[in-house]
Amino acid sequence: MLSVSVRHRFGAFTLDASFEAPPGITVLFGRSGSGKSTIVDAAAGLLAPEAGRIAVDGRLLFDAAAGVNLPPHRRRLGYVFQEGRLFPHLSVRRNLLYGRWFAPRRAPRAEFGRVVEMLGIGPLLDRRPGALSGGEKQRVAIGRALLASPRLILADEPLAALDEARKAEILPYFERLRDEAAAPILYVSHSAAEVARLATTVVALQDGRVIRQGPAAEVLGDPSVAPTGVRGVGAVLEARVAAHHADGLSELDAAGDRLFLPRVPQPVGAALRIRIAAQEVMLSLQAPQGISALNILPGAVEAIHDGQGPGTIVSVRTRAGVVLARVTRRSAEALALAPGLPVHAIVKTVAIAPEDVGGEAHAPRQEPPR
Amino acid sequence: MTPLPGPEALEALALSLKVSAWATAGSLPLALLAAHALARWRFPGRGLLNGLVHLPLVLPPVVTGWLLLSLFGTRGPVGALLAEVGIVFAFRWTGAALAAAVMAFPLMVRAIRLSIEAVDPKLEQAAGTLGASRPWVFATVTLPLILPGIVAGMVLAFAKAMGEFGATITFVSNIPGETRTLPSAIYAFLQTPGGESQALVLAGISVAVAMGALLISELVAVRVAARVRGG
Repeated sequence: MLSVSVRHRFGAFTLDASFEAPPGITVLFGRSGSGKSTIVDAAAGLLAPEAGRIAVDGRLLFDAAAGVNLPPHRRRLGYVFQEGRLFPHLSVRRNLLYGRWFAPRRAPRAEFGRVVEMLGIGPLLDRRPGALSGGEKQRVAIGRALLASPRLILADEPLAALDEARKAEILPYFERLRDEAAAPILYVSHSAAEVARLATTVVALQDGRVIRQGPAAEVLGDPSVAPTGVRGVGAVLEARVAAHHADGLSELDAAGDRLFLPRVPQPVGAALRIRIAAQEVMLSLQAPQGISALNILPGAVEAIHDGQGPGTIVSVRTRAGVVLARVTRRSAEALALAPGLPVHAIVKTVAIAPEDVGGEAHAPRQEPPR
Repeated sequence: MTPLPGPEALEALALSLKVSAWATAGSLPLALLAAHALARWRFPGRGLLNGLVHLPLVLPPVVTGWLLLSLFGTRGPVGALLAEVGIVFAFRWTGAALAAAVMAFPLMVRAIRLSIEAVDPKLEQAAGTLGASRPWVFATVTLPLILPGIVAGMVLAFAKAMGEFGATITFVSNIPGETRTLPSAIYAFLQTPGGESQALVLAGISVAVAMGALLISELVAVRVAARVRGG
């Protein structure tokens, strides 16, 4: 458990954020300038906030009032940077083992072979970072952080410098990390898709303040929380793979409702998280007939959130969970949408992008009673 | 026909090699420290340090030599102190090494400083987050990355030390076998009737040493850079 409470001022900008991060990935979610990276740098000891307290599993890293400020090398971190920051003069193997040198002998050790296998970097071990692709570099950076026997893993937009294909290559490794690492992971992102796939807990930040915090489905399903703007709004559903069809589609079971997606790599029975962007959802009062869209989820309007522009976001309670739809205010008035009204949410299969589908979703682990 | 170097010329060459080697090796730790301080630290008096380091480059060498004599001469404030523990610079080959070191210092600091400035501080930060304390970060990340700069600095300093004349002759004079380095020997031969041929031999050796040094530094720098940058 990581607990953070920091206050810091840069000129006109004030960061004032407090949150607790349970095991798993806690995503700091917000647009650039919201203070995400400052929080991570404070946790790493690269920046000393004016006031606050940071502790991991009861071990104090920073406390302005008590005058405690451990230097980074004594914080037992694994930091995955946006640009990898691999040591150019060392082989991949020696990069991976760098942190182990400095970790206490008694520290629980991630097994080298297992980490190498998990990240698929066995063939790269004797190369130098200069000869690796962007995606390979980032995989090595993840391994290097893991092998330092960290008590806290930090990742500052580790995918932001990669193109879409490389992102898709790396995301599954973070999913595995989330499911296997014992240390809490603090992960900075401004991408709703990444949050939906990875987050155990989301801390939404805006202008240096925490505007919402909680499980991913809950925070992303609340349209009043849109730290990256309306385009980032989208609900997260959890579903199981029911079947793979010969026409390239996968059929999913979301609490009884059927969803069709472009083929997913997970096997039948696997649990998935799917993010459905609000702007890709249509609403219909009647069950639509003769329509090409394959995903039709019956439900009822739960709430309507007017924004500033011509659009409005309607949350629809379906059996699978809350689905958000971004429609124009004109349409909302024409359909006389109001809480309680039965509607059908319509989603085109191809509107669900592969980066919005993640494997092995699970609810936040319960903390043992104290 | 090319004349062969006589015993005096060979003596001067051997002495110059010894003096330059000591000057280069002895000033390296201090140059590393100064280069690191100038490249990475912000502290009061940084401008002063920078000026002090570069002073021998712009001062007339004879002034540097005279300052050294005033400070490190047997009656000088530092020289007198050191003499009590048995370290004497005045009119000894050690003094020639000191003069050469001082004169070559700015070149060495400059080369090392440029290479330190080329190292991304973010790499050092990353090493810190992985558990390396500052000295370890320096030893395992910074030092290997600046190795080409160190080699270049050392070769430059060595070549400069081989050619140092003004400060040396002012500080430690021109004593055969003790402080008569290669340039001093050339000067002495030129003052002696019939000494031109030996001066010519020594001049040829100077050119060879200088060229050799530059070649070696290029080769080493290219090799080290390839090893360090990876590929």
